[in-house]
Amino acid sequence: MPRLSAAGRHAVTFTLNGTDVSGAAEPRMLLSDFLRQVVGLTGTHVGCEHGVCGACTVQIDGAPARSCLTLAVQADGCDIRTVEALAGPDGSLDPLQDSFRAHHGLQCGFCTPGILMSLDALMRVRPDASEAEIRDCLSGHLCRCTGYASIVRAAVAAFEKARGGARES
Amino acid sequence: MKPAPFDYVRAGSLEEALEALAGAGADARIVAGGQSLLPMLNMRLARPGVLVDIMRLANLRRIEERGGEIVIGAGVRQAELEAWPRLADTLPLVAAMLPLLGHVQTRSRGTVCGSIAHADPSAELPLALVALGGAVHLRSQRARRRVAAGDFFAGMMATDMADDEMIEAVSFPAARPGTGHAFREVARRHGDFAIVACAAVVDGTVARLAVGGVADRPVVRAMPMPDEAGLDDALNEFAWDLDARDDVHATARYRRDLVRAIGRQVLEEAARCRD
Repeated sequence: MPRLSAAGRHAVTFTLNGTDVSGAAEPRMLLSDFLRQVVGLTGTHVGCEHGVCGACTVQIDGAPARSCLTLAVQADGCDIRTVEALAGPDGSLDPLQDSFRAHHGLQCGFCTPGILMSLDALMRVRPDASEAEIRDCLSGHLCRCTGYASIVRAAVAAFEKARGGARES
Repeated sequence: MKPAPFDYVRAGSLEEALEALAGAGADARIVAGGQSLLPMLNMRLARPGVLVDIMRLANLRRIEERGGEIVIGAGVRQAELEAWPRLADTLPLVAAMLPLLGHVQTRSRGTVCGSIAHADPSAELPLALVALGGAVHLRSQRARRRVAAGDFFAGMMATDMADDEMIEAVSFPAARPGTGHAFREVARRHGDFAIVACAAVVDGTVARLAVGGVADRPVVRAMPMPDEAGLDDALNEFAWDLDARDDVHATARYRRDLVRAIGRQVLEEAARCRD
């Protein structure tokens, strides 16, 4: 049975935003720290580190999850997506990001990457999500600028636009 | 806010997991979804020397209907139970609770059995297990035993589980015709731990009320039916017997008020929705 010693650094391999990545991690290393410090992608933010604030939310095998409540070694073999997957290679914003910009859905921006990854996952499984469902999804995120009204507005507009019911503002 | 060092065992079989537990004793902890344990590790409220990961064990990732019970393996995530097509018919009480259990971002990883093992006194799934009279299936290298929900929870985050035991599954009795269920909780924000959570089961003319978030564990008690005169007194007695304490979230008095008010609401709702 594979036993990874506490003091050693062990190979972790997973798919990240469509590309295989590998790195070494102690068993206690959180996925959030692995993404930021080993892989070097700092779009995933680290807030409370006990699963409450939602800033570190990424997608694991398609579902939104707290990367601070997942060990890097637990993610071995998984399919991980982070906020870096959203914009195009030329830096063009994806429709969700675009909507956040258009509707002032961020102030300091610290909570935004996590929120985007939750909403992106919701959009895939529930493209018809109501505002109540969107608010339910957002309840797993804290915005300390308290910009919730414009976050909800940006999210609702993005879902409506994706459904083709254009409500431009 | 980083865990203290630990060895990590990725169990390839149940036997391997049990062997690792037997070898390390109290120094080992099972990790499944990690949504209760990782916060404890990050805050160093738990410092196990060995973590035994059971999520690669396909045998534990099953939901089965067996002899009038729903048996949920230790690897079943809360989101998987939420998406199980038979849930609303067989476990309406659990179906009502799941949307309020943490958030979609934690239910995607957290397991049903993990929440039971964590035994937080205000958590929803332990309350459901006690309300419905379910059982916890424990396993060690030595033996296999089944503990009734009422005997499993021993206090705040304390259970009847021995150091070398792990939860293999939990079982809930499936809803029978003529039974009504209702659940309601009060929390500061949607998805937070409940200040008071109440679950009612009305089976024919027999009513039961379970309360979480007040005592050091979920507590269930037989109650008069909502149309009987004695209900207010019974609710009041229950509210006082739970020995509520003041804390940062709510006063003891507010908690007793909630037990009386929500207790009546869920009993009335459960009685109404008997089919």
